[in-house]
Amino acid sequence: MLSIKQKDDIRKKAKEFPGHRSVSLPALYIAQSGKGYIDRKDIEEIAGILSISYAELYGIASFYNLIHRKPIGKFHIQVCTNISCSLLGAEHLLTRLEKKLGIREGGATADGIFSLESVECLGSCDKAPVMMINEKFHEALTEKKLSRILASLKEKAE
Amino acid sequence: MEELKILLKNIHKDESKKLETYISGGGYEALQKALSKKPDDIVETVKKSGLRGRGGAGFPAAVKWNFIPRDCSQPVYLIANADEGEPGTFKDHILMEKDPHLLIEGMLIAGYAVHSFQGFIYIRGEFAEIAQILEQAIAEARQAGYLGKNILKSGFNFDINVYRGAGSYVCGEETALIESLEGKRGQPRLKPPYPAASGLYGSPTVVNNVETLACLPFIVREGPERFASIGIPGNTGTKLFCISGEVNKPGCYEFPLGVPLLNLVYDVAGGIRGDRKLKAVIPGGLSTPVLSAREADVLMDFDSLAAAGTMLGSAGVIVLSENASIPEIALRTARFYANESCGQCTPCREGTGKLRLLLERIFLGSGEADDIRRIMKICTSLKGISLCPLGDAAFLPIFNFVEKFHGEFEALIR
Ligand SMILES: Cc1cc2nc3c(=O)[nH]c(=O)nc-3n(C[C@H](O)[C@H](O)[C@H](O)COP(=O)(O)O)c2cc1C
Ligand code: SF4
Ligand code: FES
Repeated sequence: MLSIKQKDDIRKKAKEFPGHRSVSLPALYIAQSGKGYIDRKDIEEIAGILSISYAELYGIASFYNLIHRKPIGKFHIQVCTNISCSLLGAEHLLTRLEKKLGIREGGATADGIFSLESVECLGSCDKAPVMMINEKFHEALTEKKLSRILASLKEKAE
Repeated sequence: MEELKILLKNIHKDESKKLETYISGGGYEALQKALSKKPDDIVETVKKSGLRGRGGAGFPAAVKWNFIPRDCSQPVYLIANADEGEPGTFKDHILMEKDPHLLIEGMLIAGYAVHSFQGFIYIRGEFAEIAQILEQAIAEARQAGYLGKNILKSGFNFDINVYRGAGSYVCGEETALIESLEGKRGQPRLKPPYPAASGLYGSPTVVNNVETLACLPFIVREGPERFASIGIPGNTGTKLFCISGEVNKPGCYEFPLGVPLLNLVYDVAGGIRGDRKLKAVIPGGLSTPVLSAREADVLMDFDSLAAAGTMLGSAGVIVLSENASIPEIALRTARFYANESCGQCTPCREGTGKLRLLLERIFLGSGEADDIRRIMKICTSLKGISLCPLGDAAFLPIFNFVEKFHGEFEALIR
């Protein structure tokens, strides 16, 4: 369910665009900004605000990789496994992450702290291998760096 | 080899994102100059410069602008394509992160030339932090009177809105981008009509790549002859080359168009890691056909690479050493396109999926003797029959991987 603030933000954002439909993507982002994903109720409510059908908005939400329709971890880790990153060991790092977190690619830890996904090129290939945690880039990764990042996140989560 | 820094001239300065820094390096002088001329003069200037689009296809910028109807009753929109999803490409990332005002000034000049009052920057969803940098720069420019109403008292009105995509490669294709910016699924439209006739909200629309727009301040300030004197005939100006993969010094480097590829690999990017031998180079991002080491003695410009059977694309140079497994690279390529196909056309959707399956089983050692022929058949028979270029961008490179490195695939099957 959307908060009153989220609804206000969506209505405010809608005014920025000549076609008010354009706000559907920003609205989905606003909706998932709280709990990290959107559920059926959120889609219903946004569709109501934008006067479009539930089915159409669902179709939009499901098209985009960064709109999550199921819960993700507090820290969502996206590891690039496209060519330039793979050439420099991305696959190995992904396996390390799976081991350290005890989950498979695509999954989340039981405590809801971490989720892990492999993704396509993140547009930072000169600093390969690259991963993103939530909206932050982590570049030129090594095993050591990876351990350090995980440790500091675990600390933050406590 | 010395870089020629026109687009990258500010990025190493302290506080390079700030308006002050930009202005102290001559920023917004070109805007002032442009506003003292007629919009048509700016189009003419860009035509004389020979500027070709940096987004992949190399289409002349002025020709595209000239498709916009004059004195039309509808608003004209200008969109900066900042989707940058082509694997191996990270130039727009650097430009926007380090020098956002360069893009803003470029958009102002383009907007003025095509009689637009509203610009959009469509930025890929993963660049959330860069989107914020852009928002800040836009606010600064607005505050200083470079954006908004009656800019520099010229009577010209123009503003810019940042729109964040949400993780979809095909949204870099200009009509898919427009659909996405209209708040829909990012599926390419059938062309014609082209965006210049009917684009965003049905209005005439120009879509230009970030780097294309970033060239404009230099062209206007220094004059088109200066720009045209850089590079080689028909391929003018400098270009940002993104070099990644197995080189010692990966990075984004600026050189005149027509720089030799081997110089980029060995002199600029410091040669190959561990002094290994060069096996192949993907010259212009993952959608461009691979060059084997034997074919790598080429010049990096639109026409030379076309003559070599490949493309400059987005100039994402991916370097592969003798250690790299081409079947693995081909599999990753197929996976990428199968993941990113929007699913609208059968040949692209089914073809990329089938290629992924075939390459997967070859790679896992359970390929059949006939699989190579099957792959080639898919690549040739499904070429050119899809709605947007994404389908072909999968079929052509995979065809070339298999054709040029046949033995590596056969070795996995036997
Ligand atoms: C599948 C696909 C993805 C594309 N991705 C991008 C992109 O990320 N950035 C870009 O500028 N152009 C991209 N393009 C090219 C655009 O459609 C368009 O040609 C370009 O933005 C025009 O700008 P230019 O004339 O300045 O080069 C893509 C094209 C296709 C078919
Ligand atoms: S070619 Fe592929 S990506 Fe392009 S419109 Fe067709 S299905 Fe979509
Ligand atoms: S290949 Fe990983 S960031 Fe481009």
